[in-house]
Amino acid sequence: MSEQGRVITYADAGVEALREEMRRDDSIVYIGQGIGPRGGNFRQTRGLWKEFGDERLRDTGICELGATGAAIGAAMAGTRTVIDEVFLDFALEAITQIVQQAANISYMSNGKIKAPVVIRGAMGAVRNAGAHHSHTFYNWFANTPGLKVALPATPYDLKGLFKTALRDPGPVALIEHKSLYNTKSVVPEEDYLIPFGDARIVREGKDLTIVAMSRMVDLAAKAATVLAQEGISAEVIDPRTIVPLDRTKITNSIRKTGRLVVIDESPSYCSFAGELLAIAVEDCFDELQATPRRICSLPVPNPFSPVLENQMIPSVDRIVREVHEVMKQVRRVS
Amino acid sequence: MSERVLAEQISQELLLAYYKKVLELRLFELKVQELYRNGRLPGFVHLYVGEEAVAVGVCSNLQTADLVFSTHRGHGHALAKGVPAGVVLAELWGKATGSSGGRGGSMHMYAPEYGFMGTNGIVGAPIPLATGAALSAKVRKHSQVVVCFFGDGAVNSGSFHEAVNLGSVWDLPVVYVCENNLYATEMAFVRATKNTSVASRAAAYGMLGVEVDGQDVVAVHEVAQAAIQRARGDGGPTLIECKTYRYVGHHEGDPGTDYRTREEVQQWKKQDPVKLARQRLLDSGMDENKLQTADQQVEQLIDDAVEFAEKSPEPSAASVTEHVF
Ligand SMILES: Cc1ncc(C[n+]2csc(CCOP(=O)(O)OP(=O)(O)O)c2C)c(N)n1
Ligand SMILES: [Mg+2]
Repeated sequence: MSEQGRVITYADAGVEALREEMRRDDSIVYIGQGIGPRGGNFRQTRGLWKEFGDERLRDTGICELGATGAAIGAAMAGTRTVIDEVFLDFALEAITQIVQQAANISYMSNGKIKAPVVIRGAMGAVRNAGAHHSHTFYNWFANTPGLKVALPATPYDLKGLFKTALRDPGPVALIEHKSLYNTKSVVPEEDYLIPFGDARIVREGKDLTIVAMSRMVDLAAKAATVLAQEGISAEVIDPRTIVPLDRTKITNSIRKTGRLVVIDESPSYCSFAGELLAIAVEDCFDELQATPRRICSLPVPNPFSPVLENQMIPSVDRIVREVHEVMKQVRRVS
Repeated sequence: MSERVLAEQISQELLLAYYKKVLELRLFELKVQELYRNGRLPGFVHLYVGEEAVAVGVCSNLQTADLVFSTHRGHGHALAKGVPAGVVLAELWGKATGSSGGRGGSMHMYAPEYGFMGTNGIVGAPIPLATGAALSAKVRKHSQVVVCFFGDGAVNSGSFHEAVNLGSVWDLPVVYVCENNLYATEMAFVRATKNTSVASRAAAYGMLGVEVDGQDVVAVHEVAQAAIQRARGDGGPTLIECKTYRYVGHHEGDPGTDYRTREEVQQWKKQDPVKLARQRLLDSGMDENKLQTADQQVEQLIDDAVEFAEKSPEPSAASVTEHVF
């Protein structure tokens, strides 16, 4: 894996993945709203229309159900597609096609029909957009057999995971975070793939394991820096794909540190964060030094008011405070 | 019916009321634009500048008990339905005194006490909801009428098709008002569909469809009046297509110039709803002084709204989990 490259934005890393893959595989068709001449609401397709035109970048009106179904149908018939829901929230308009058709088709057809479709959407809170434009329901997709779920947290990961998704038999939900589009990191110019199910150790540590996804990875890393100054060594892990999950790397870390904290922008109830706690208990019960903990958004629809939304979503301060509580705990083994 | 005849049928008093409301919507949005550009308001706003005659022309026929369902571009609908400007602005400011106590913001503001059933961040979603509200009025044997506003962007969604069909087959007391401003974000209506007459689609559902000049508050009022009377009299729904235009970008931040020509914008500004309503008053013999007094009253109303919203408290952080259920 090369560390050589340029510093580019998350949005541009996605564009680069698409450009490379659309050149390599001329069957790929991209469908969505505002993804043609406009270059995407988040600039997530900027410049592609010039190269690939209306045939391959298909702008639609506001018809997520029809467009998503069409993308899935095209995929079943042999054309690799991307359906860009733009805001993940709008995937809800099309959820029956995603869950009932795309996710089930391989199994229902005894493996004879595949749906190589990437369902792309951006989740999460950004600039107080309010309840209808801020959901983080990737958990629901992870709970649907037949769907793979990737949650890139950096430009580097976005490019590598997107390219893998575009070669996967699918379907893959590629879920970006709205507030990451302008973030930057080093991204190699050349072709590289990040395999699904390969977690990234963001920072090594020995006292506790922090698992975080998407935008929360950055918060976890910042909290780890603060904790380091206070003498606590946190290991931060980003699973990158939650289906499939790199269970080995995560459980190895928990066994090493004896403590698990999960940071998640989704609410905790029936969540992926809950799944990680279950895994800790199932696989690492004897090594746990403290009760595993979830630091999640409060279970409320995203409020508009900045005062309320800041209260809802995990913050670096809250992570640091709660980690201290976890560190104080000592498990008595009888 | 010619415009002249219509104008003569309407009293000067009513004309003045429409004019003041149209102006209120305009000045309100320009104030929101200014506050937003100065970084005072959080979130995102979609302004109604240029389309005011639609909301006022329709809602001037409604009673408080009647219900309105609105869109992402809904500040004007709220004001036209009677929600006080201060309460709307406080919501846009995320203040505790806003219509949703700061929980909603521009795209999620609700004031059922004024018969305002919400703006909406999801295009198409209000159409089934309005249809259901009309079903409720019908089964409760209430004389309520429901009005649903939506853009040209919504009519290619499944929600529109399914809901309008139900409204028609159940003869519900609902009026579907499409604000066809020719664009959905940057997507020209002609790129999104082959049938660009929204009114003509009514035929597909066996229902009445009417097209009207959405820049003329009196013309909208007349067409809406007939539709609302029909709905109230158990005559079933109507689909009204209002031809209109937004002068501003899709949302604040979009210059709105990449996908439209300057000439097109200028052409539409010649049919400005504020100017047209004012001209009608002048034509009816109202003198300039009286109009200026009206202007000052509206300006004062906006100033008061800003003062109210600005001085209002933020919600308390501890209240974040209230009202989930
Ligand atoms: C289901 C859904 N898809 C996409 C969007 C993003 N979006 C918000 S407003 C808009 C355009 C709406 O156009 P139109 O209905 O014509 O209303 P206008 O903005 O012109 O008033 C789009 C695509 C959305 N809010 N909801
Ligand atoms: Mg429109």
